[in-house]
Amino acid sequence: MNKVTNSFMRGIGRWRWLAVTGMALALAACSGTDKPSLDAGGNGAGVNAGGQATPGSERDFIVNVGDRVHFLVDQWSLTPEAQDILRRQAAWLNRYPRVTVRIEGHADERGTREYNLALSARRAEAVKRFLISQGVAANRISTIAYGKERPVALCDEERCWAQNRRAVTVITGGARR
Amino acid sequence: MPKKELFTGWMMVVLAAWMLLLATPARAVLQVQINRGQVQPVPVAVPDFLGRTQDERVLGQKVAEIIRNNLARSGLFRIIDPAAYIERINSFDAPPQFGSWRVIKAQALIVGRVAAHPDGRVEGAFRLWDVFTQRQILGLKFITSKREWRRVGHKISDAVYKAVTGDEGYFDTRIVFIDESGPKKKRVKRLAIMDQDGFNLHYLTDGRALVLTPRFSPAAQRIAYLSYATGVPRVYILDLATGQRRMIGEFPRMSFAPRFSPDGRRLVFSLLENGGSNLYEMDLATRRIRQLTNTRAIDTAPSYSPDGRFIVFESDREGSQQLYVMPAPGGPAKRISFGRGRYSTPVWSPRGDMIAFTRMRRGRFAIGVMRPDGSGERILTEGYHNEGPTWAPNGRVIMFFRTRRGPNGGPHLYSVDLTGYNERLVPTPNFASDPAWSPLLK
Repeated sequence: MNKVTNSFMRGIGRWRWLAVTGMALALAACSGTDKPSLDAGGNGAGVNAGGQATPGSERDFIVNVGDRVHFLVDQWSLTPEAQDILRRQAAWLNRYPRVTVRIEGHADERGTREYNLALSARRAEAVKRFLISQGVAANRISTIAYGKERPVALCDEERCWAQNRRAVTVITGGARR
Repeated sequence: MPKKELFTGWMMVVLAAWMLLLATPARAVLQVQINRGQVQPVPVAVPDFLGRTQDERVLGQKVAEIIRNNLARSGLFRIIDPAAYIERINSFDAPPQFGSWRVIKAQALIVGRVAAHPDGRVEGAFRLWDVFTQRQILGLKFITSKREWRRVGHKISDAVYKAVTGDEGYFDTRIVFIDESGPKKKRVKRLAIMDQDGFNLHYLTDGRALVLTPRFSPAAQRIAYLSYATGVPRVYILDLATGQRRMIGEFPRMSFAPRFSPDGRRLVFSLLENGGSNLYEMDLATRRIRQLTNTRAIDTAPSYSPDGRFIVFESDREGSQQLYVMPAPGGPAKRISFGRGRYSTPVWSPRGDMIAFTRMRRGRFAIGVMRPDGSGERILTEGYHNEGPTWAPNGRVIMFFRTRRGPNGGPHLYSVDLTGYNERLVPTPNFASDPAWSPLLK
């Protein structure tokens, strides 16, 4: 067995720990949709009597904080705008420490399948690292890469592709109703 | 009925060549030159196959239709319309009246007969005649189960293709691909398999979990693919005979882009790590894993050379996606793509002489081929979005998917010859992507 394999085995040890965390998160998971639930406002969830989002609710997070950041073509670095949004996300998550999230990474459809999976993973990881740097515990954050499989805008032009190059912070548990 | 039968039970009998009394020229003229770009297709007549009963005759019509369709789609044959045939073939054993076939400018004539055995098996026999030399070039008989009767047509097509072109055929093969239904924002993707001509479509997953990038094992009995069935997207292997699925390693991070080794014993794939992805190889018997690349780049889309000694893959280690070749056990990788644009999804030809790829340049996606040393780059098709080439087992034809613009647009499968000619839509009931061509079935 060569050196490469040994380092791989060490890697496995670290991953196993992460796997346990991931499982706990999966158990806590509720909604897995990647869309702002603005359209769900009518059903009353997360909305108080005055029509305002209940502080600490998923709706509060989406409306008042912003659940997604966007990326430049073939890039995974966080733009200043993205960092602003993520700082707000981190502050909100630090205020509601029971909330767990999954970062869903996406790419536009102007790339090839496998590469886009890895590129969207990089984007999700970049968001996760940033949130951790802002004090959010790593074990509250999971990531998943969707590549170009889940577009939100369909016009086949740059203005839509720009919306599809995104990482969305989806609440998986612990939010107020 | 166990699916294992798919791969067994074939009988092939060589029929005695017809001894001709007529004088024959010294050299058979029935051949097609396929190394040059545009070919002159061989005009061939395929009358409906004979049968003793009405049922057999109906089957005989269908088998002849399969053969006509296969040969026509190859682009190397031109099927003469049966309505133009002068002689009505009514004996499988008597030589045809060559003059009447010469009149309608047929160079080749395929005469066949089907028989339904009392035990349910189907037998198809044929003779391939060279109309000009008046010689039987080939005579074969195939027997199979009733359920697989279409394969008789495919086997005969393969035999004729080989006799005329000198290359192995690719008609008795299957395609595994991703069937796509539903709106673009909520695509349902299912693993599907069908015969190379679009018939016998079966779904292998139910659409609840996202599935991508299926790949055949070299014996066409297993399919490796990516599934989002659990929280972590992972590579699975599906055994077609047993229907069993097994996950390849419980990596907490995504494993993807699987490809079997040519001997079917190993699987190479990508694993997310270090902010990118590295290539790993698993010994499928021992499940032991070894790391093949170690970078912070995205190394993905690996594909073995047919001798198993090398792996071609794509990497953005120098900034943008490019193609690299390295020894299969890992080691120094040599970049082979140097044209303008990004190069992706390399696939080594089963003949070993070419690597097919997707090239992205100025917003256009092309399918091309180059030699394994990177020389001789040639684009076969280019447009808004062409992606994901896969080779026919004879290394002469490439299938890929093409997506059209539009909010309701979606991908379809296409095939194109290595020459760039003879582009054809591959019929599928819904949108279809990520095709993988099986080896020739046994």
